[in-house]
Amino acid sequence: MRSHRTIAPIIGAGSLVLAFALTACSSTQAGAGAGITVTSTDTECTASAVTASAGVIEFTVVNSGTQVTEVYVLGADALQVEAELENVGPGISRSLVAQLEPGSYVISCKPGMSGDGIRTPFTVTGTASAPATGAADQRAVDAATQEYQAYVQDEAAALLKGTRAFTAAYRAGDDVGARALYAPTRMHWESIEPVAESFGDLDPILDAREADLAEGEVWTGWHRIEKDLWPPAAGYTALTTAQRDSLAAGLVRNTAALVERTASLNFTLDQLGNGAKELLDEVATSKITGEEETWSHTDLWDFKANLDGAHRMFTALRPIVEANDPALAAQLDAEFADVTALLARYRDGDGYVSYMALTPAQVKELAAAVDALGEPLAHLTSVSLLGRRASS
Amino acid sequence: MTEVDERNARGFSRRALLGAFGAGALTVAGAGTATALVVGRAPSAHPASAQYPFHGAVQQGVTTPMQRSLHFAALDITTTTRDAVITMLQRWSAAAAAMTTGQPIGGTRTSTGGYDAPPDDSGEAMDLATSGLTITVGFGPTLFRDVAGHDRFGLAGQQPSCLHELPHFPGDQVDPLISSGDLCIQACADDPQVAVHAVRNLVRIAFGTATVRWTQAGFGASSSTSTEQPTPRNLFGFKDGTNNIMGGDQAALDDYVWVQPADEPQWMAGGTYLAVRKIRMILETWDRTSLREQEGVFGRTRSEGAPLSGGDEFTTVDLAATGRGTDPLVPADSHLAVAHPSSNNGVRILRRAYNYTAGSDRLGRIDAGLFFLAFVRDLDTQFIPMQMRLSRSDRMNEYVRYQSSAAFAIPSGLRGPDDWFGRALFEATA
Repeated sequence: MRSHRTIAPIIGAGSLVLAFALTACSSTQAGAGAGITVTSTDTECTASAVTASAGVIEFTVVNSGTQVTEVYVLGADALQVEAELENVGPGISRSLVAQLEPGSYVISCKPGMSGDGIRTPFTVTGTASAPATGAADQRAVDAATQEYQAYVQDEAAALLKGTRAFTAAYRAGDDVGARALYAPTRMHWESIEPVAESFGDLDPILDAREADLAEGEVWTGWHRIEKDLWPPAAGYTALTTAQRDSLAAGLVRNTAALVERTASLNFTLDQLGNGAKELLDEVATSKITGEEETWSHTDLWDFKANLDGAHRMFTALRPIVEANDPALAAQLDAEFADVTALLARYRDGDGYVSYMALTPAQVKELAAAVDALGEPLAHLTSVSLLGRRASS
Repeated sequence: MTEVDERNARGFSRRALLGAFGAGALTVAGAGTATALVVGRAPSAHPASAQYPFHGAVQQGVTTPMQRSLHFAALDITTTTRDAVITMLQRWSAAAAAMTTGQPIGGTRTSTGGYDAPPDDSGEAMDLATSGLTITVGFGPTLFRDVAGHDRFGLAGQQPSCLHELPHFPGDQVDPLISSGDLCIQACADDPQVAVHAVRNLVRIAFGTATVRWTQAGFGASSSTSTEQPTPRNLFGFKDGTNNIMGGDQAALDDYVWVQPADEPQWMAGGTYLAVRKIRMILETWDRTSLREQEGVFGRTRSEGAPLSGGDEFTTVDLAATGRGTDPLVPADSHLAVAHPSSNNGVRILRRAYNYTAGSDRLGRIDAGLFFLAFVRDLDTQFIPMQMRLSRSDRMNEYVRYQSSAAFAIPSGLRGPDDWFGRALFEATA
């Protein structure tokens, strides 16, 4: 457990409007009108230019008013949202990127977030890059999020099933059996870690490491049992049967609660993109360093699960990425394959070698591969949402 | 009501502190004098010849406008003899007085022992300007009692109640080898060679009495302690510590930084407590984080440092302001919200943090972060509850690791050439 982020509540459904376009246009082509300033005051909404060339257009939104404002780029009907920026505090400037086809648009500022907004017309000129249909966009989004949702539910169900078997062995005093089930069961947690961690009440009681606690706090969950199954050589008092029963019951009860909650989760594109990045961050900061599984040293199992989870998010988004930035899709295919192949060298039977068996050079090699994947993966959200990649 | 609030209610103030020192010719005003040196100048325009008064009611290096470089050392005392400790502190005092006024140790001669003796001063600062050098000395809890609780030098009866090892904070991955210490030396200067020179020569004086436990170099002052300095950026690229207590804010210094005459123990009047935390920043994952997330972590814009509730860098944050929906514009788990005085019973601290780097780690990643130094009037009511809150809920924890921890008492300033670091403590226990 490290993350304090919450994939579910962080951005409410649809708060980021999907302005990506399933087009063949180059993602790097900037419209001639890039760098347009939109100034929102309490009474006015002005743009420094009223026309721009088709393509990726960057607006700098300046809130010169006294209230929190929102800025929308709307279609000619003033209903279809092409891009939006919300929660811009007074005095603050922020970038709004939109990919726009030729046509008439309306820029709408909404100081105070109420009413129909203060509108100013905006025209995009030039040639259409390819037909883009909003309906197709939405179908692609639905396909991606539903695919991922199904994966989460499968993993959550497998986690609960595995947790029941693991705790049964642990309660029965079958330490050998419990040790064998520990890492493979936890993989179902690690594969959906950003989702699992999004439940801020359950995460600490299920996945806290000893160092995560303050003095006097009660330690429960996976890692408490881990220490009991792989105890330190000296100075450790084994848990009693009653303590084992209590820990095991809590693990099952709280995992069941987690599974129940995942059933009602809906995902957005940015959650998938950011979630994949978070999973690679987890590998880079907690698994590659061996700090996650202090006692069992089964960090490479977690590594594999995090990687698989990230890959599933990418796979779900891949059709959209492929349409918006085929080079990124190809690069991610290659980098995922590289890390997967490298990790496969450390397979041992059905699982992986102990983290302690790795040499410093091997750890460094894995870290470099993770960084090589992490950099392009960090562009997944913006490419999925906007068809645009940060310059690099 | 916090302990600090109660003290305020009882009306302790700078005046009381002045009164305690009688004439008060050199009191906290010493710091004010120092500040005056840089009035109207950007920090990059510190005159190379800048000198801050070494003698005064308070030690230098706390409210002094932050210099560009830090060299910090924690030492363990090796002697069992109280007099040896006193002698070392007296020699340190004389050496510090010399170095902070641009004089080599031992005066102007190359060696008081002649041509066949080693030079008194190591020499690498000879042609360099004073560069605003300040030297600050502190006492760790283990000076008073060893880890087994034994009174080492007859000082235990005067150990301040808030001077103990910092507790384990959630998520801490503290290495004891770079934590704690019986003594500390903080040397700050605009030229790193001048700061290193100061520590090197004090360490040399200590040989046989004390030995270095750990050291830390810092650069790029990551806090501002004077209104003439723009808020610097940390290695995450953000301005942090905008609401820091400034050296000229006497009322806040009395409330939150300087131990007041009515506080216990008496010998600490005019002193302060230092909390030290080495915070490794995981720059690689931070750099691939979206600007939306980065600004959410800090609760500020990256460009201007304005709170996300609006305004500019120095606009008071509105933690309750919401945009669309019910979530506050400044996320409740952002660094700004969690560290804000309103989340901490109104308590403030004086930050004097430096950025650091030490090359790369075994994974080939940049070994860098923030060497966090904070001065407070009471560790138990100010620093520890704030750090506990940050360790529990700061969204930034995802990108940092706390690697070391230490606490020191910084005794009052040296009143003149005959005074020495900690004299009041040793006299109180004589």
